[in-house]
Amino acid sequence: MNENLSFYSLYSKYKNLDFSTYFKKVNDDEIINSFNKRSLNPDNLLALLSVKAENYIETMAQKAKDLSLQHFGRAILLYTPLYLSNYCINECLYCGFNSKVKFKRKKLSLEEVEKEATFIAKTGLQHILILTGESEQITPLSYIKECIQLLKKYFTSISIEIFPLKTNEYKELVALGVDGLTIYQEVYDEKIYSQVHLKGPKKDYAHRLDTAQRAGDAKMRTINIGALLGLGDWRKEAFFMLLHAKYLQDLYPEIEISVSLPRLRPQVKNFKAISKVSDKNIVQIITAARIFLPRLGITLSTRENSSLRDNLLPLGITKISAGSTTAVGGHINSKEKDVQFEIADQRDVATIRRMLLAKGYQPVLKDWVGV
Amino acid sequence: MKDSLTLAGKEINNRLFIGTGKFPSKEILKKVLAQAQSEVVTVALRRIDLESKEDNILDFIPKNCQILTNTSGARTAKEAIRIARLAKACGCGDWIKLEVISDNKYLLPDNLETIEATKVLASEGFKIFAYMSPDLSVAKKLIQVKATAIMPLGSPIGSKRGVKTKELVKILIKEIDAPIIVDAGIGYPSEAAECMELGCSAVLVNTAIATAKDPVEMAVSFDLAVKAGRLACRNVNQETSEFAKASSPLTGFLRDE
Repeated sequence: MNENLSFYSLYSKYKNLDFSTYFKKVNDDEIINSFNKRSLNPDNLLALLSVKAENYIETMAQKAKDLSLQHFGRAILLYTPLYLSNYCINECLYCGFNSKVKFKRKKLSLEEVEKEATFIAKTGLQHILILTGESEQITPLSYIKECIQLLKKYFTSISIEIFPLKTNEYKELVALGVDGLTIYQEVYDEKIYSQVHLKGPKKDYAHRLDTAQRAGDAKMRTINIGALLGLGDWRKEAFFMLLHAKYLQDLYPEIEISVSLPRLRPQVKNFKAISKVSDKNIVQIITAARIFLPRLGITLSTRENSSLRDNLLPLGITKISAGSTTAVGGHINSKEKDVQFEIADQRDVATIRRMLLAKGYQPVLKDWVGV
Repeated sequence: MKDSLTLAGKEINNRLFIGTGKFPSKEILKKVLAQAQSEVVTVALRRIDLESKEDNILDFIPKNCQILTNTSGARTAKEAIRIARLAKACGCGDWIKLEVISDNKYLLPDNLETIEATKVLASEGFKIFAYMSPDLSVAKKLIQVKATAIMPLGSPIGSKRGVKTKELVKILIKEIDAPIIVDAGIGYPSEAAECMELGCSAVLVNTAIATAKDPVEMAVSFDLAVKAGRLACRNVNQETSEFAKASSPLTGFLRDE
């Protein structure tokens, strides 16, 4: 990676900005001007994320819908997560896999991976996202590679959401057939980041921040970033996440960049969201994202309930998960209770497909061919 | 009166080509193709799932349609070549809409990589329909390396901005001895008619049909517009001069000696 080039320098430019004072100054003209422009700058994005912009939420939604139709049409890609292991050496206060949480840890054997894969493949899904906690000892890269080799028999597209790797390791995975990386910064606010990540390699803010770029240098085909909404002030977090997305789009025009907007779900007792994020807030983030970056992918997971997910679809969602579980081995054994977080939309793939068609969207199960 | 277009030895009677990527459902796509009577249909190999019993897009395309497989997702000539070969091996035929895009922001094609891929694929017998940013020298090179047709963009994919590259497309029509098919950017039937009136051999439309309130009606209206434009092309006196005429000639002083 080019050491001189990092999103951190752009983050630093804005990190001391007094967001609440800035937002108070935003006036109606600036908001209207922002959603009418063809090419938006960071100030325009701030205007769209301001408190006052909530008065324009319907106009923003209409604009976002038009832009989404224009750029993505009426097709939505489906995928499902496959958890390989929940062993983790990190202590992240908000996560069910926190190393301090006592429960019987599990790692899938290759036979078990194959069973899960067979089950998922039967639903027709061709895109899969594999996940692990961070434990180089128990789930080393060699184990993940074995799983990938096996999963290639069942799926067209394999994305990973695992611990951050080095550029050459990403290159190895790309060569093996991995085409997507999901990596959430979780929280862009550095102070909060250090407060919620107590121990483990994940504590290194800058290393995590540059992960997307290391994968980009390794020529990963798609990169999905995200902020765990609720950990910090969501307006600020959404701003940095979208600025990060733009930074990556500009740096790697050949890579498809997308974002996720996960809201904190109950998974750990005694951990409460620092900031509340309402449904209206989610709508504002999605519409601002679409208007700011018209070709950005937006992924919506089953953390959100079915009725909200259905309503958010036309605003700019390009990819949704279906038939999800956040438990290791959870596709085969749906009673598995040791989950990373609780999911709110329990619908299976067939139900999601029917819902999409009824709403005028084509469920896309395959949108890649390994070359 | 018959006015067919011959592409790679095949007679095509409908000059509206339809892209399949953005439709609300495969059933609607099927109706659109039936109503518009399109004969050439592009499908991205990345979307084709041959193993799926209920979800194979090819099952929704009438058998008499010519499939033009596109290489969507290819970022380099090398990737496009692999996708084209794979398409052929999958039984999708050898008509390829060559799309090499290394820019996800504007989805603009990479002309140099496109020439490179055309050279290799055409020599292997593929019929190459090269999607490109309109440029005369690139088009000439594409023809030299045996492209079947040139597909200049009207404006970026999905932008529905119309034929912003009109002047460049007109030059291609005039100078290139191969079918010119405008692909991308056509948002309204009137723009499709205009392309045909200028002398394009065909047009390719996806977003404008797929995202219309009623895609079937929109497809029919595009079909009519393409037919109207084609008829006009055959009957208007085309030439308004493309060449500059200087108002004060520099050689006016020359006398016969």
